[in-house]
Amino acid sequence: MQPSEPILRLRDVHVHFPIKGGVFKRTKDHVRAVDGVDLDVYKGEVLGLVGESGCGKTTLGKAILQLVRATGGSVTYHGDAGETELTTLDDAGLFPFRKRLQIVFQDPHSSLNPAYTIFGSLEDPLRHYGVRSRAERRKIVGDLLEAVNMRREAMDRYPHEFSGGQRQRIGIARALSIEPELIVCDEAVSALDVSIQAQVLQLLMDLKREKQLTYVFITHDLSVTEYLCDRIAVMYLGRIVELCDAEELFANTLHPYTEALLSAIPVADLDRKSERIVLEGDVPSPVNPPSGCPFHPRCRYAQDVCRTDVPALRPYRTAAGGEHLAACHLIDQPPAD
Amino acid sequence: MTDRTPGPDPELALSVRDLKTYIYANNRCNRALDGVSFDIHRGKTLCIVGESGCGKSVTAASILQLLPELSRIEEGEIVYHGAEGPVNIERLKRNGRRMRAIRGKEIAMIFQDPMTALNPVYSIGFQIKEMLLYHTRLGKRARHAKAIDLLRSMGIPLPEKRVREYPHLYSGGMRQRAMIAIAMSCDPRILIADEPTTALDVTIQAQIFELMDTLKREQGTAIMLITHDMGVVAELADDVAVMYMGQIVEAGPVGQVLRNPLHPYTRALLESIPVLGRGKNQQIRAIPGQTPDPYDRPTGCQFAERCRYRVDACAEMPPETQVSSSHRVRCWRHREFMADAAE
Repeated sequence: MQPSEPILRLRDVHVHFPIKGGVFKRTKDHVRAVDGVDLDVYKGEVLGLVGESGCGKTTLGKAILQLVRATGGSVTYHGDAGETELTTLDDAGLFPFRKRLQIVFQDPHSSLNPAYTIFGSLEDPLRHYGVRSRAERRKIVGDLLEAVNMRREAMDRYPHEFSGGQRQRIGIARALSIEPELIVCDEAVSALDVSIQAQVLQLLMDLKREKQLTYVFITHDLSVTEYLCDRIAVMYLGRIVELCDAEELFANTLHPYTEALLSAIPVADLDRKSERIVLEGDVPSPVNPPSGCPFHPRCRYAQDVCRTDVPALRPYRTAAGGEHLAACHLIDQPPAD
Repeated sequence: MTDRTPGPDPELALSVRDLKTYIYANNRCNRALDGVSFDIHRGKTLCIVGESGCGKSVTAASILQLLPELSRIEEGEIVYHGAEGPVNIERLKRNGRRMRAIRGKEIAMIFQDPMTALNPVYSIGFQIKEMLLYHTRLGKRARHAKAIDLLRSMGIPLPEKRVREYPHLYSGGMRQRAMIAIAMSCDPRILIADEPTTALDVTIQAQIFELMDTLKREQGTAIMLITHDMGVVAELADDVAVMYMGQIVEAGPVGQVLRNPLHPYTRALLESIPVLGRGKNQQIRAIPGQTPDPYDRPTGCQFAERCRYRVDACAEMPPETQVSSSHRVRCWRHREFMADAAE
């Protein structure tokens, strides 16, 4: 499935955080958390965003929602009323778009206010977006809780009374409350036990089918993305290094980083043991990224050209005729452009 | 029941028999471990796998006598087979001389979170040398040289410089290597690793696994690895024990348990995770419900209320049954599953 209509279009998005120091708190340097990302999110798809910690995937997710403002580039929202550039809007201007774009956070323990009942947490967005009568809000919150397989009565209880999996479902209910089109799931299942993780994954898929949602699914777990996602973007040091359909990524890996990442994942299948490619060292600091290809100090194929030139993200033809983007100098097939 | 005759096996490093550890809080009792038995062998890795709250970490804490206050080993035995013959750990005083000589020197441990396990006000070198000072007779210079050697063998670059640095200057993966360096400083016979890579990225996790495999091969260290990830089990384990609610529900060589799981919980665990390489159409099946309240456990099989194969017999606790010389399971219906597998 490849619905052609984009809902979001990111062009050359940069998010740089200043590092301040010295007596006068002058800006000394920048953390280049997101460093030039082009990305389209299509209506109705599940886009996976994977990479190691510190690669900028969470910052990119927040930049999509304007929770972190991009320091460069554009984020365009394509709605019924035409295109809107989000990065230039102020808070009041963003208000109608916050309803369309929502987020589920990683940690179900810190993302719910412990002093509010579940109803208190879930009615807030409804009140802001115009549901005036309390009786109606109670009805909607009850319906939402049932939609995430919880009991209506749960709304009058407090977060500490629920387990991690239940709290994560409440977080999903809150994101759904104002009927968004796109939900960013930031490591939404990573903090959960395996048996509970499967329950939440199935819930997310069921909700997607029912409500025609679009997900941007941020995770470090490639096994989950393979199961869940239509397309996958692999990030390294603030850039996308590979982007294509999920099946294509696993069948025909082009970038050496993705190859190493895939081989490092422990697979619960004794018949599928492959060679473990062990990367040397750690992810470099995003304050001083290496020259050339950001991956070259850890890449086992690195050559001179990798040390000097930054590879562009270029399209390659897949066997199925689709598009497979990768940023590497050493791919031995001609790019399609 | 399990075979209670370990015999004079020179490779046996530790045997735990029918261990019961209870934790008390608010006048209630949590039977955190309820009859756990297993062996650890030299040069082998035993993986203990289960969800949070199943008793994996309490098992490790019992072996090292690091249990919290208001908890105690009620029954059973933990026998450490050291160079000087077997020692019953459960009879030693928690902080007595014998226990302190074993803890750290003979049985070492790596903790889950290297940030909280390392002391931020002492240099990494000091924390390694502290172990050598307590447990060996090395002189000051020799200790310093050994600390550098250890860091080098863990793959830390520039060990001469790094040995003087403090934990905050290390990255997560390097901190975990420093932890392993501390644990391995006195050449322990047994290394207990409690979720050593949960806080780390997969590429760093692969580095740590490579290191642990090398230790096992070259020094014959017996490793007990606690994890919740079946992938890690498939990757590293020689033997595996699956725990649920304070009991081992299935244990055996990794090939037998993963290829031919006989307990419904093991099966459910394997079916509940997406496996890389099986594509989008794989079926994953969530385990319904959640683990019971540890202070109010069911009387029969602990897994019964979440189990698809439940029958009336499950209201009673099934015994541990030996299905082959090394494979045992705690389920009333394991014979049917064996017959299914044989078809």
